[in-house]
Amino acid sequence: MGKRDRKILLEGSVVKKFVFMWVTALVLLVNGPLSASAANSLMMATTTSTDNTGLMDILAPQFKKDTGIELKWTAVGTGKALELGKNCDVDLLLVHAPAAEKKFVADSYGTDRIRVMYNDFVVIGPQNDPAGLKGLSIIEALRKLAARKAAFVSRGDNSGTNKKEISLWKTAGMVVPDKEKWYVQTGQGMISTINVATEKGAYTMTDRGTFIKFADHHGGNPPLVVLVEGDPGLFNQYSVIAVNPVNCKNAQYGLARKFADWITSHDTQNLIGNFKLLNKELFIPNAR
Amino acid sequence: MDYILSGLIQAFELLFQGNPETYSAVKTTVLASSLSVVASMAIGSPLGFCLGYARFPGARPIRVVVDTLLALPTVVIGLLCYAFMSHRGPLGDLGLLFTIPGMAVGQTILGLPIVVALTANAVENLDHRLKRTLLTLGAEPHQLLLTSLWEARFALALAGAAAYGRIVSEVGISMMIGGNIKWHTRTITTAIAMETGKGQFAIGIALGLILITLALLVNLAMSRLKRLSGQ
Repeated sequence: MGKRDRKILLEGSVVKKFVFMWVTALVLLVNGPLSASAANSLMMATTTSTDNTGLMDILAPQFKKDTGIELKWTAVGTGKALELGKNCDVDLLLVHAPAAEKKFVADSYGTDRIRVMYNDFVVIGPQNDPAGLKGLSIIEALRKLAARKAAFVSRGDNSGTNKKEISLWKTAGMVVPDKEKWYVQTGQGMISTINVATEKGAYTMTDRGTFIKFADHHGGNPPLVVLVEGDPGLFNQYSVIAVNPVNCKNAQYGLARKFADWITSHDTQNLIGNFKLLNKELFIPNAR
Repeated sequence: MDYILSGLIQAFELLFQGNPETYSAVKTTVLASSLSVVASMAIGSPLGFCLGYARFPGARPIRVVVDTLLALPTVVIGLLCYAFMSHRGPLGDLGLLFTIPGMAVGQTILGLPIVVALTANAVENLDHRLKRTLLTLGAEPHQLLLTSLWEARFALALAGAAAYGRIVSEVGISMMIGGNIKWHTRTITTAIAMETGKGQFAIGIALGLILITLALLVNLAMSRLKRLSGQ
């Protein structure tokens, strides 16, 4: 009896040791590398264009070098970015939907909205341009698209680009397409949406920065080309907004202000201006 | 075909040159999934033990519920966790959203039913003489628990491996709770989803290869454990 008993007890203590080891490992993991991020890091929600183009990959390391602050970003559409700000899940936004941004600040979810850079929206499509949009104004182009039922791929995700597109349909005096067969809503980021348009041989609207990135990816010879551009209504302004510390007690307002000062500084504005692919500027700085 | 082949070649370059972006995603995946498997085992195996060992009214309906939870979709877990972890949600103050521990919590919910169900089965299938022997020897309840679990150790490890296989390959929770943040919460699966969307296959293929290797290792471990446990 004694032997079996000891064996059971021994096995019990082995299990205990095993559990103890796991728990220790767990505690070390959680307290070690995982929580290190909390102290000096800034959480930002940004649009897919700043991320997809690779701009954030240049800005974040430089920001860390200049200020020692770690910038973490999640790339979502502007609509979702504003939601994240309302919910206090981020400290800072870098977005491009001026009307929605102004409302966001007016509703006191955000504060200190500052212009950072701009580019413009363009409508791109297949080189042979089956609907004949080349050279038209954006309003004429949309009307012609709908009349010809030419395949058009929309972000459909309430992003800055999507909001712009919807406002343009309205400006053209048309009902925003939704269930029409020729109108495809991806619900995905800008580059993904351009790729869907490429696969379907369809038209889409994008910011110029993401289009240049797409063209660069195809070695300067992209399957879709710019057909509609240069309309004043296609201007695309990017701004930073700090999440309002009055609304969100956990928001790191001080760090957010530091980032805003940094990104609008002379050096960083130059950095943005010098970010080129195919020898073209993706974003044009205009903070000052 | 060209781009698939060049993607594959680039993938091997990324892997063997130690591309930091690729390995950051691997590290995040291993860290989050290990945390969640450990938590699923720590919480799930005692629960599974109770369910498989004790006879009590309502045990059968609970088993049905647990078996149903095996099919819990990851996006639903992601949605629920998001609602709770957002700073407007009840657990917002813990600051779990967009962190690896946050992802691990969601993945633990994913792994838990697997561990509970498989542990319950394993304990149920233990030699019935074990309980009697232990009681005769005057074992305390906690000794009863630990010894029974020890006897079922291979089946338990099998449960852990099965949970790991499910957790390491999920994308819904990682995307919604982690937010696919580069260098921080970007996992193998979220990176593959994103890179494919961007039309950049090389990193996707490289990460896919690692994921397949992980799955292979888990399956090898499982088949060995199955043999050891005599199933």
